[in-house]
Amino acid sequence: MTHPSEEQLIAYRYGDVSETQERAAIDRHLASCDACRTSYEALQRVLAAVEAAPVPERDASYGSRVWQRISPQLDQRERLDWRAWLVPRRWVAVGAMAALVFAAFLAGRFWPRPTQQESAGPIPVQVRERILLVAVGDHLDHAQMVLAELVNAGATETLTKGGVDISFEQQRAQDLVEANRLYRQTATRTGDSTLVNVLDELERVLVEIAHSPAQLSSAQLNEIQQRIEARGILFKVRVIGSQVREREKSAGQIAPRGRS
Amino acid sequence: MDGSDAERVAQALAGDRDAFRVLVERHSRSIFRLAYRMTGNEHDAEEVVQETFLKAYRRLSRFESRSNFGTWLYRIGVNCSLDLMRKRRPDSERRDSDAPEGSEAVRELPSPDPAPDRLLLSAELGRQVAKALGALSPTERAAFLLRHFEGQSIEEIGQALGLRASATKNSVFRAVQKLRLALEPFVQVKPNVAASRAPSPNQ
Repeated sequence: MTHPSEEQLIAYRYGDVSETQERAAIDRHLASCDACRTSYEALQRVLAAVEAAPVPERDASYGSRVWQRISPQLDQRERLDWRAWLVPRRWVAVGAMAALVFAAFLAGRFWPRPTQQESAGPIPVQVRERILLVAVGDHLDHAQMVLAELVNAGATETLTKGGVDISFEQQRAQDLVEANRLYRQTATRTGDSTLVNVLDELERVLVEIAHSPAQLSSAQLNEIQQRIEARGILFKVRVIGSQVREREKSAGQIAPRGRS
Repeated sequence: MDGSDAERVAQALAGDRDAFRVLVERHSRSIFRLAYRMTGNEHDAEEVVQETFLKAYRRLSRFESRSNFGTWLYRIGVNCSLDLMRKRRPDSERRDSDAPEGSEAVRELPSPDPAPDRLLLSAELGRQVAKALGALSPTERAAFLLRHFEGQSIEEIGQALGLRASATKNSVFRAVQKLRLALEPFVQVKPNVAASRAPSPNQ
């Protein structure tokens, strides 16, 4: 046989080679081809190193300790459960809305406007700014993660045959759209036009992802990937994300620590 | 001795909390290992373990008795880990990428009294493994861990992560490919060569 691809070798390692014949052919090839055998042995060593990375041990009574910690919470959850069964996603939605309301409160109330003097509030302006910068930074990181996964999806031949399921990324994009809108509105109010532009563009991409079919053919996936890449949105999000992190750091240095 | 998982689930559903306690005691350690490998630190792993069992308890009626309870629990554990990682990603990224001497992976390195050069190499390798795992996307990491450590099939992993078989296979492939690119220089056959190539953690 010709030299197996890296993908075939990995599938072979995990016993995912479908045909017995194909497996036997790889067996024979590895026995006769030094280069492929060396490559396969290197793969084995890498996986062995990952396997050898230590995991902290938990003793035999660990399970009892976990039980002691969670059992009081089971009682609380049991009391709530009859409602949860009626509206299974309600608590998630309530949690998300609470976070949004809190963020909106912070955003509307606390984002420092360029021309505004610091008001005598209970939280210093720099601390307030930092709280929001942390939130925006986190949001941009999450968006970056979704975009990167979509751009990298289907990088191999496997996907060009069968298409791809983006429901996971789609759900995450959906979750990010509302928060993105809020941060964009806040940035608009404060006149941060660079951030507004990137968030505006990001929002369109996120909405597009959220509204795409969950199952994409390779062609559809390529189309989305090309649109993301043509806009350079991933790069822009990375740049603005690191700028926000820088501002966050500066705000952290200026902001007084603790209660003082 | 303590009955099968499926029997315990049935008893727990009938209101026997003690039956659920047995399941928690039976599976906590393996969920911890999974969660530690997913999140990369003990504190988060502990949180994931608790959340996993709380969610499992709440969803117990959705468990199908023909399925494997451990596999079902792993699925919940992976998704709890992913949720936590999304929440904490900036911190974990900093931990992974800043080559921290005090990170869990380095602190937890074992081997009592190894030769100094071996210690240096294993510490460096442990750090590089943690870094390489941290550089995988959450989906890739989850797919790889379930395939490699838990031996779950592509179909089972796909169900756990909400992915089609092709996407799951691709996630495992991408994960291994990235790990290989990152770690191959550190696992050369000749230890002396690897040791001399590996930068000192103190540099």
